[in-house]
Amino acid sequence: MLLREVQKILDAEVLVGADKLDMEVHTAFGADLMSDVLAFADSGCLLLTGLTNPQVIRTADVLDIAAIILVRGKKPPPETLRAASDKNIPVLSTRYILFESAGRLYEKGIVGSTQKVDGRRVRL
Amino acid sequence: MGAVSVCEQHLCEHSFPVNGGNFDEAGRVSGKIKTILKGMGINNDVVRMAAVITYESEINIVSYARHGMIRLHVLPEHVEIEAMDEGPGIPDIRLAIQQGWSTATDKIREMGFGAGMGLNNIRNFSDIFHISSDVGKGTRLKMIIHIQQGQDP
Ligand SMILES: Nc1ncnc2c1ncn2[C@@H]1O[C@H](COP(=O)(O)OP(=O)(O)OP(=O)(O)O)[C@@H](O)[C@H]1O
Ligand SMILES: [Mg+2]
Repeated sequence: MLLREVQKILDAEVLVGADKLDMEVHTAFGADLMSDVLAFADSGCLLLTGLTNPQVIRTADVLDIAAIILVRGKKPPPETLRAASDKNIPVLSTRYILFESAGRLYEKGIVGSTQKVDGRRVRL
Repeated sequence: MGAVSVCEQHLCEHSFPVNGGNFDEAGRVSGKIKTILKGMGINNDVVRMAAVITYESEINIVSYARHGMIRLHVLPEHVEIEAMDEGPGIPDIRLAIQQGWSTATDKIREMGFGAGMGLNNIRNFSDIFHISSDVGKGTRLKMIIHIQQGQDP
């Protein structure tokens, strides 16, 4: 699915990366805890989160996460947007809650970047 | 780039200082290491693993120590990352490595960290992992990631 379709499905506002909406995405991960994102998310996925500090962008950059969807209508501080532009990572903001956002995307074919946690992390 | 850097074709060594307590800078070293490794044409998976390991180490130094240093050493067969700090040290390493064990403060948790996943994650993302710590002095981590030959970047 194109990021532009994700934007439509979630009725999201594009805060960074309006020129990158033609990127393909297939998987997603959702969490407010960056510790868990680092442990369980995969490269190329969408990150759905309610956390808005710059560490979200740094975490996404480290993992090569494709784009960030801020849920629950969260608006990030300017330093987060600056970090996202620097790293070239699109940031979208939706007013849907995490559960609704995930459900709406899943219904249209986006799947979890990992389905189940098995204790030991497999190589990316 | 860093405080010290010596670079040749396949051999490269860099050291980066990390300040304790400064969350604004956490992620700076991992970003640099990622750029260096990518520039050397190293496999993307290896680059990502090295970036995650460095980032977790950086966050720990920023969160718990006074001052630290991260060293990157690239050899033809592996990437070596060392994270050393001056700080309180870890009294019980076995406990600290366990998932979910954490002494993180509210400030650290507000940043989205402090779930007690970091050291475990560092161990899982490296092929060889060493940790040693002196209470009252500091902590030292050494991680090695093998570079598999014959993989596309
Ligand atoms: N460099 C360090 N100096 C002193 N104590 C440390 C250091 N690194 C880790 N610790 C101790 O070990 C605990 C576990 O560390 P670990 O990185 O696994 O989890 P965390 O930092 O608490 O949370 P997370 O990494 O998931 O954000 C920490 O809470 C802290 O008490
Ligand atoms: Mg940690």
